[in-house]
Amino acid sequence: MRHMLNPLDFSVAEIDQLLDLASDIEHHLPKYAHACDGKILATLFYEPSTRTRLSFESAMLHLGGRVLGFSSADSSSAAKGESVADTIRTVSCYADIAAMRHPKEGSALVASMASRIPVINAGDGGHQHPTQTLTDLMTIHSLTGRLDNMTVGLCGDLKFGRTVHSLIEAMVRYPNVKFVLIAPDELKVPSYIREDVLRAHNVEFKEVGSLEAALPELDILYMTRVQKERFFNEEDYIRLKDSYILDKAKMKLAKENMFVLHPLPRVNEISTEVDSDPRAAYFKQVQYGMYVRMALIMTLLEVERPC
Amino acid sequence: MLNISGLQEGVVLDHIQAGKSLDIYYHLGLDKLDCQVAIIKNARSNKMGRKDIIKVDGVIDNLDLDILGYIDHNITVNIIRDSRIVEKKALKLPKKITNVIQCKNPRCITSIEQELPHIFYLADPEKEIYRCMYCDEKYGKKKH
Repeated sequence: MRHMLNPLDFSVAEIDQLLDLASDIEHHLPKYAHACDGKILATLFYEPSTRTRLSFESAMLHLGGRVLGFSSADSSSAAKGESVADTIRTVSCYADIAAMRHPKEGSALVASMASRIPVINAGDGGHQHPTQTLTDLMTIHSLTGRLDNMTVGLCGDLKFGRTVHSLIEAMVRYPNVKFVLIAPDELKVPSYIREDVLRAHNVEFKEVGSLEAALPELDILYMTRVQKERFFNEEDYIRLKDSYILDKAKMKLAKENMFVLHPLPRVNEISTEVDSDPRAAYFKQVQYGMYVRMALIMTLLEVERPC
Repeated sequence: MLNISGLQEGVVLDHIQAGKSLDIYYHLGLDKLDCQVAIIKNARSNKMGRKDIIKVDGVIDNLDLDILGYIDHNITVNIIRDSRIVEKKALKLPKKITNVIQCKNPRCITSIEQELPHIFYLADPEKEIYRCMYCDEKYGKKKH
């Protein structure tokens, strides 16, 4: 029995297989309508999440399975002080697979150690969110046909953004991927990403402050939100906040075949006027997220691919 | 000078940093053994000035000496048989340590689930970096 706790739990070959299955699901969705007949997914969400929980539920429903669960700690036995291990032991009696979101880091690992069913980490605090990374990989792969030989720009809050860190860790495993890290000094990537991930893999990267200057060379632009509370003083925030807002004017600087991704929710870092640009891929990304979760559920349940 | 007789069979932990012997006594679980244990504190040492020594009498197979490598590289582990040192064990950093250090990350699951063991794995042997098994929080060995 396998779990999905960290995006690096799967080798590059296994990720390739997963993305291949997800792509087949995308193109032949009706074929998979009964792939998980009789199976039950438990969604254990100790904190609110619209997108991720609905994506998991929709994924299981599209596979013909059923869903049960809770969507806040208040409505689970956690409110009575039950441990994560005891909760998953109980849920193991009711469901075939579980997706869990919990505010504490390492909670999914604790669940997996006590569980009799596969556990998918749907976000454990600021630690890991592997299905977001799989979503990002599938989006890039589906739109460009590859995960190698490209220049990826990551823009905004690169210090605290776990999706950014996970995506870098996942993509350094592919050949000839270059990174342009676009962030104010206050929000640059942590040193372990620079030293232990990028330099350790001999990956070419540069850190820049200007989105406009970086845009022309990018194949992918991954946007994140610059949050006011991350700055020490408001002056710096006001000075910088507009530099990291993507709008129509800035999009003119980008390649015709560049794609814009965002883990969502968006606040104001991508102007709504960009939404109609064919290069805006962040809502397609949501769709790919469901396909890749379908593929992951099938893989962990060891369900055969329908003919 | 305090005299404690030599061992016929057992383990001598020598060159323990003065004052650390009781920590090691508990980390090794010596309090749970039935055999005789001598703890010598502040013994004179040419090399260290003062040192602690622990002598454990008897055949001990299940002593987790790896933990000593984490606590202090410089401890000498002598295995005694027939009143002679038959082996000097080299200490190395253990790959995993349990309940020796506590994760201080307030966002870690161990901060709310008290019964979970605090497990750290050796992430970088060169830099002597350990990481919490649950949240990956980094701990340098020197922080102990």
